[in-house]
Amino acid sequence: MNAAGIREGIAQGKTSAVEVCRRSLDRIDAAAALHAFQHVDRDGALARATDLDARRQELTRAPLAGVPIALKDNMCTTGAPTTACSRILEGYRPPYDATVVRRLRDAGAVIVGKTVCDEFAMGSSTENSAFGGTKNPWALDRIPGGSSGGSAAAVAAGLVPIALGSDTGGSIRQPAALCGVVGLKPTYGRVSRYGLIAFASSLDQIGPLSQTVRDAALVMNVIAGHDPLDATSVDVDKPDYVAALTGDVRGLRIGVPRHLLRDGVEADVTAAFDRAIDTFRGAGAIVADVELPHASLAIPVYYLIATAEASSNLARYDGVRYGRRAPADTLTGMYERSRGRGFGPEVKRRIMLGTYVLSAGYYDAYYLKAQQVRTLIRRDYDRAFDRVDLVAMPTSPTPAFPLGERVADPLSMYLADVFTVAANLAGLPGISVTCGFSAARLPIGLQLMGRAFDESTVLRAADAYERETAWSRERPPHYWS
Amino acid sequence: MPLSLLPLQAMYEPVIGLEIHAQLLTDTKIFCGCSTRFGAPPNTNICPVCLGLPGALPVLNRRAVEFAARAAMALGCTIQPSSIFARKNYFYPDLPKGYQISQYERPLATEGALEYTGPDGAARVGIIRVHLEEDAGKSLHEGFADSERFTYLDYNRSGVPLIEIVTHPDLRSAAAAAEFFTRLRAILVAIGVNDGNMEEGSLRCDANVSVRPAGETALGVKTEVKNLNSFRHVQRALEHEIDRQIAALGAGNRVAQETRLWDAAAGRTVAMRSKEEADDYRYFPEPDLLPLEVDAAWIGRMRATLPELPDARRRRFATEYHLPDYDAGVLTQSMALADYFEKTAAAAGNAKAASNWIMVELTRKMNELGIAVEQVTLAPDALAELIALVDRGEISGPVAKDVFEKMFASGRRASAIVEAEGLRRIDDEGAIAAVVADIIDANAGPVAQFRAGRTQTFGFLVGQVMKATRGKANPETVNTILRRALTGQEHTGD
Repeated sequence: MNAAGIREGIAQGKTSAVEVCRRSLDRIDAAAALHAFQHVDRDGALARATDLDARRQELTRAPLAGVPIALKDNMCTTGAPTTACSRILEGYRPPYDATVVRRLRDAGAVIVGKTVCDEFAMGSSTENSAFGGTKNPWALDRIPGGSSGGSAAAVAAGLVPIALGSDTGGSIRQPAALCGVVGLKPTYGRVSRYGLIAFASSLDQIGPLSQTVRDAALVMNVIAGHDPLDATSVDVDKPDYVAALTGDVRGLRIGVPRHLLRDGVEADVTAAFDRAIDTFRGAGAIVADVELPHASLAIPVYYLIATAEASSNLARYDGVRYGRRAPADTLTGMYERSRGRGFGPEVKRRIMLGTYVLSAGYYDAYYLKAQQVRTLIRRDYDRAFDRVDLVAMPTSPTPAFPLGERVADPLSMYLADVFTVAANLAGLPGISVTCGFSAARLPIGLQLMGRAFDESTVLRAADAYERETAWSRERPPHYWS
Repeated sequence: MPLSLLPLQAMYEPVIGLEIHAQLLTDTKIFCGCSTRFGAPPNTNICPVCLGLPGALPVLNRRAVEFAARAAMALGCTIQPSSIFARKNYFYPDLPKGYQISQYERPLATEGALEYTGPDGAARVGIIRVHLEEDAGKSLHEGFADSERFTYLDYNRSGVPLIEIVTHPDLRSAAAAAEFFTRLRAILVAIGVNDGNMEEGSLRCDANVSVRPAGETALGVKTEVKNLNSFRHVQRALEHEIDRQIAALGAGNRVAQETRLWDAAAGRTVAMRSKEEADDYRYFPEPDLLPLEVDAAWIGRMRATLPELPDARRRRFATEYHLPDYDAGVLTQSMALADYFEKTAAAAGNAKAASNWIMVELTRKMNELGIAVEQVTLAPDALAELIALVDRGEISGPVAKDVFEKMFASGRRASAIVEAEGLRRIDDEGAIAAVVADIIDANAGPVAQFRAGRTQTFGFLVGQVMKATRGKANPETVNTILRRALTGQEHTGD
């Protein structure tokens, strides 16, 4: 089930938007055990599909006409529940559409519902959802990755061809890897953040999860581009990402930071990664070693900056204007009870850490220092990209781990992002595509990072790899076709 | 002030710096397209951005930057080519995001000064910085049936653009602070960035106050006094706070570093929070906004839009129109009054007369009616015509005042009133001599007294002649003819 095929089928009259939509909704119902969806908008989606069918003629050029799409539950949709999987936003219905949502609707997409994520996108396993986590379609006793775990599982299980996720430190790429689908984090500023419930503003970026690289490119054609409502969105030319998929990687220079792969990476992951690099070499790419000297600092830097921004971004959830309010006799009491009951433990942990990081007397030592190291990490990549076109590494050091395994140990959970946070700190585009399976038949992801605003090269290489291999056609045991 | 403080007062020197918040007169808010109109029904000028809804993002209103830059330039500040917005984090229900977008380490403009001639002579107050920020909403604690239990919130004001102007601690008395605030307000109003309306809160003032023994150069412990929302409150609150600090030091106590609130009703400042209780605002650069970059060409264009500022205009009035410093100072206190003067002076061709008419008769009339010069219906060229009639000798001074009243009341032109009511000045010596003769005949007593050497009755007799001619007689001619008639001399001297 891919978007390009669905669109084609509808255009040729072989199927209808309503039929496609109904099938997707039925699968979502059937796959309830995965708990990929936080909210399904059955009536709204069917009404929308009916309308699209009625206007089929005028929609022939709409790039996503009739394609069912799921959104991570941190993207605002007018009148539909949007909670970021937090108790504090239970029952909240935004009065406006996020820019990506508006662009998807304009492109003819049918939004079927909201997917489960870690509360406020804080986590790497989707276990931090206040309303229950998502299970991995490859093994129901394992996590789907996070924080966009619901989006990844929904695509992997065939419920929707495309879902949007958001990626602050790996939250698209890591669940894509762990669920065996494609996940692209665009360059910071490439896709508007307007209407994305903020976690860490300087790191957050929306991107697609899909079964094929081509579908990811198709979505990028729709959602990328400058937005006057987001001051950090960048007004640069937007290429045709689908047209960039030439399948040709001859002469493409791929850098591999071998020094990062020695410790803490599971053998199955290393083996799959090495085979992927061989595949590229075989297809005509040039592989070289690159050094990223400050890579080991990426996790601590990330957890200082992301938590600092989060502590401020989440201050608005105070029980005053929207979301849950826990009444009390005093204003402070109301704040404490609303926030105390509304936020889960991981969100509280990060708010406290971030508040500490920004406090008088600690700001220079933590926040400012972290920003300085962030610059060094960015320079590492600038230097690497003087010599190569892409940097390749595994997306995650391990395949999907068992549910509950790391819940009590936040630091081990944080290390799940060891290969992904750098792309956010440096603002670079990164993609994860499946490059093999572990002995336990769990998907393994290959990550390719590119230069800023060079999603085309990232997508081209990933697409070429997908054509060279059969991994993306593997289906999980829990798949609805 | 208790008398016992008097000797103490002379021993201490107050040191005052002000922080002024001025709303910018943009049509829309600083980070969204909502209207800034004051007085709209509560929560009607709001959107996801200024309500701080999840996912909403700020986009800087360039117009607010222009206004802020104009204000900063008018205060002689340097506009920084790159400045940075920062988040000031604190919880309050009328602050929808839990942080205020402001500027912190790198403000829009730095280091300027306001120079003017005040009642105590030349003054110079240094400006540390001018930065841009957003206003918060408004908490309504009273006025509702259930105000005992609830506070209502109006977010119409949330996101209205503000500039914060911070002065150096250059002010040395409450009166000087109030004077500075008056001058600053006049400038902000003159350049059209602020409406100067303190009742509606578009201009607000906080003060940092300390006192130190006279002759000491180190600063004393300061308090921050908030809620000084009129010129009178600035002066009264600072007087009170200065006395309070001096009394404390005089009694051997210390001044605590704290924030104090001016209670206008009680006429005193009350402690709000101590230094230890002060919020840690956890400022950090606003990641949702790019650094604010302005280039030299833009700064030049902004500078070109600035009108002549009050102090420069005052100096020009003194030289160009040869006005006394006092006149120039009074006329340039407001842009509108100065404009009125310049139009009148140009049309009348007599600047000093225009100045006199405006400072005396027009000001009296405005005070009488309780109106500002903007509401005066008498056009400058109409006043100029009246002045010209006097200058050409067509009407006398006393008649002119009468005509002025009639012009104000009826809106008719001076010449029409003079014509219709036959008020033209009588210069004809024969006609005046006839009236003088009548008056001498009718006032035998005073005439005899004058001739006996009681010359002060001369003025009475002049008055009688003027009264008989309804003020129209040329007073000089009346003087000459009357004196001649009384003394029998051909000339009354010089």
